[in-house]
This record gives sequence, structure tokens and C-alpha cells, in this order.
Amino acid sequence: MSETTILTDIFRWLPFVLWGFALNILMSILAIMLGTAAGVFLGFGQISHVRLIGRISRLATQLFRNAPWLVLLFYCIFLMPYSFTVSGVTYNVPSWLRATLGFSVPVAANFSEIVRGAIGSIPKGQWEAAEVLGYTRTVTLFRIILPQCVTRMLPPWMNLYALLITATPLASIVGVDEALARTQAAVQSEVQPGFLIPMYLTLLTMFFLYAYPISRVSAALERRFQTV
Amino acid sequence: MLEVFRQFALDLKASGINLTILYDAFDFERFVSGLMTTCALIVICTLFSILIGGAGAAVLALSRGPAAMLVRAYVALIRNTPLLVQMYFFYFAVGSLMPVGQNAIGLPVPMIGNFTWAVIALSLYAGAFNIETFRSGLGAVHNSYEEAALALGYSRFKAFRYVVVPLGLRFSFASLANNLVDLTKSTTVAYAIGVAELLYVSNQIWSDSLNTFEMMNVMLAIYLLLTGIVVWIIGRVQAAMSLPGFGAN
Repeated sequence: MSETTILTDIFRWLPFVLWGFALNILMSILAIMLGTAAGVFLGFGQISHVRLIGRISRLATQLFRNAPWLVLLFYCIFLMPYSFTVSGVTYNVPSWLRATLGFSVPVAANFSEIVRGAIGSIPKGQWEAAEVLGYTRTVTLFRIILPQCVTRMLPPWMNLYALLITATPLASIVGVDEALARTQAAVQSEVQPGFLIPMYLTLLTMFFLYAYPISRVSAALERRFQTV
Repeated sequence: MLEVFRQFALDLKASGINLTILYDAFDFERFVSGLMTTCALIVICTLFSILIGGAGAAVLALSRGPAAMLVRAYVALIRNTPLLVQMYFFYFAVGSLMPVGQNAIGLPVPMIGNFTWAVIALSLYAGAFNIETFRSGLGAVHNSYEEAALALGYSRFKAFRYVVVPLGLRFSFASLANNLVDLTKSTTVAYAIGVAELLYVSNQIWSDSLNTFEMMNVMLAIYLLLTGIVVWIIGRVQAAMSLPGFGAN
């Protein structure tokens, strides 16, 4: 098998795989939005002075942070309803959407720790100074502490996103038709064995080209925001 | 004693919680073998990944030439691509080039099985993260230590080996624990290439016994237990190696 035919075969399959990759990106963007929103609440919960909320938030964070992504994915795929009915109309939940929810759970737990860590990294004296000046706890958190946390949370948040995009191919295991599933379909329909390595390398390159710039920007921001 | 467990499990089943692994010998054996496979993956990959991490960090610390570039490229490649695709790449793509042996009845058997490929992929993956960990641990050792060693007549290599490494290692533990917890969680990915680890056997059990919900919770509890054990062991090692007056971590 000559190299040119392998190259043309790859180009023939490339649009097919790229559309799958678009689904990976869509899943990752939805999951990071959902996970970040939920993670903010969990993170606030962790520093709450209401003991019950604090305890539940910490428990949920540790539980979902230490569970394997694939196990959480299985949870959402198998145990979530396949369809739901709102006022007589039945909506099916497609598997990619359930997988997205499965990804957003560990993202939320990880972001919860990022929020807690960032808030904890602000010197205690600022809380005390704000209290002396008559600010309430909520106002202190939103007007004084959080604005300083944003730059501290940005690099780890971007790392989390890079981690998330590299986790999305796990969805192929539970039957989502994304880039990896499509690559497998491609190599199975092409009988030539020399096709396997270049095709998988193409897929690896796709992820690398997407994730590597994010990691670099994150590392650069981390250096830039370094306060010590 | 076993009989008590069995009766307890059957009582649970009567109340709607069907834990076949507690009363069905076949499911129990499958489950234990899966757990053993997961533990074996964790232990073997931990050893190899620490070796890779140590070697890579040493290259980065001691050399500025093409060797260091190679290590940096390896770390960047592994960290920015999906583990699952790496594993498929090794198992299906590279595996297709490997020599094939024969078993007792003449069927083709690959010389490198799926367990070995899982070990290779996971070790390379965790190894890349460990390189970063050890590199930043070595970076945290203040230059003055090395300068003092050089002034005492140590060669550059010996100063690295006997002064910088022992101190840098102690700075690395927190991040190393993180990496090894990630490794423990990542062993589930070996499911995809058919390694009969915990997730794989649990899937088989719930497919046969239709107790998906129960098995998933058991599995989740066991993974939390495993990550807890990993963190505990690292903590013990860290405590055993701690130097009085050095490093607040």
C-alpha cells in the first residue's frame, strides 16, 4: 500500500471525523458551563458558616472529585431517564446530552475545589478589615474577595477545561458518536492495516492542536498573575 | 461467618437490594478477580510512572540539550491528548504491528496482551504528570543548597544525587499524591480495551444479574476506598521521610 493512497484515504475520512470532533467540543463547552455554574455554588457551600451546608458541599466535592470520570459517566448514562414528559410532550434525552451531564459532575467538583482554594488564598486580614468597616459577609465575599479571586482561578479553570476536552472521548464507550467513535468506524471500514496508525495519529493531533494552546495560555497566565 | 453474610445478602435481596456478589459464588469470584486486576494495575503503573517521572525530571534538571527537548515534547504530547485515544493507539494501532504467537490449540495470540498495553499506556500517561511534579519539586529546592554542596567539593552530579534530589523529593509528595489518585481513577479506562478490571467485571455482573444500581454504588464506594488508601499510603511515606525543621508541607 503506497503512502499517497493512505493520505487520500485520511483526507476522505477527515470531514467525517472532524464533525465528530465538533461534538466533542460542544460537549466540553456545555459541560464546562454547567460544571462551572454548579462548582461556584458548591465552592461557596464549602466555605459556608451554616454547618450543614458546609458539610454537604464538602462531602459532594470529595465524592465526585475522587470518583473516576468513567464511573460517573456510567451513572449518568444508565441511571438517568431516557426521556421525560412535560405537559404531554415527551422529550428524548440523547446520549450525548446525558454524557455531557456526566462530564459536568466531576467538573463541578473540581471547580468547587478551585473556588475554595482561591478564596482561601486571600489573606484572612481582608475579611477582618471588611468586617471592621461594617461590610456583611456576603458583600465582603462578592465585592472584595471574589474580584481578586478571578485571576487566581483562571489558570486552573483553563487546565480543568483541557482535562475535560481530553476526557470527552470516554463518551464513545457509552455509544456517543464523537470523534473517537468515528475514527474507529473509519478504520473498521478500511481493510488496509497500514491505515490504523496514521488514522489514530490524526485524531491525537486533532486533540493536541486544540488542547495544547489552552495549556500554554494557562501556563503563561499563571506566570503573569503570580503574586509571590 | 460466611453463612451470616450470605443470609444478610439474601435478606437485602428480599428488601429490593440485590447484591449478587455477596451470595453468588460466581459473581463474588468475578468481582474479586476484577478488584485484584485493578489493584495490580495501580501498583505496577505507580512503580513504572514514578520511574519514568524520576528519569524524566533528572534529564530536565541535568541537561539542556536534545534529551531535555525530547522529554518536554513527550510531556506536552501525553498531557494534551486523551488517555483513551492513547490507549487505543497502543492497543489497536501499535499492537497490530507486534508479533503474534500461538496458543495451545493453534489460535493466534498477540505477544503483548491487553493488560500489558494498559500498563504501558497508563504508566506513560501518569509518568508524564510525575515528570512535571518532580521537576517542580526539584525547582523548589533553593539554589544555595547546591552551591553549598559544590563548595564542599561535590561534583555537579553528586550534588544533584545526594543533596537536591532528597530535598526535592520531599517537596513533591502533595502533587505526587494527586497524580497517583488520578492514576487510580484512570485505571477504569483500561475497560475500553477489555482488561477485566473492576469496572469491566461490574459491567458483566450487572448485565447478567440486572442490578446496575447496586453494582454502580458498590463500585463507586470501592474506588473512593482505593483513592483513600493511595492518599493514606503517600501520607505515611511522607511522614516517614520527613526531615525535622525542613519543609512545612
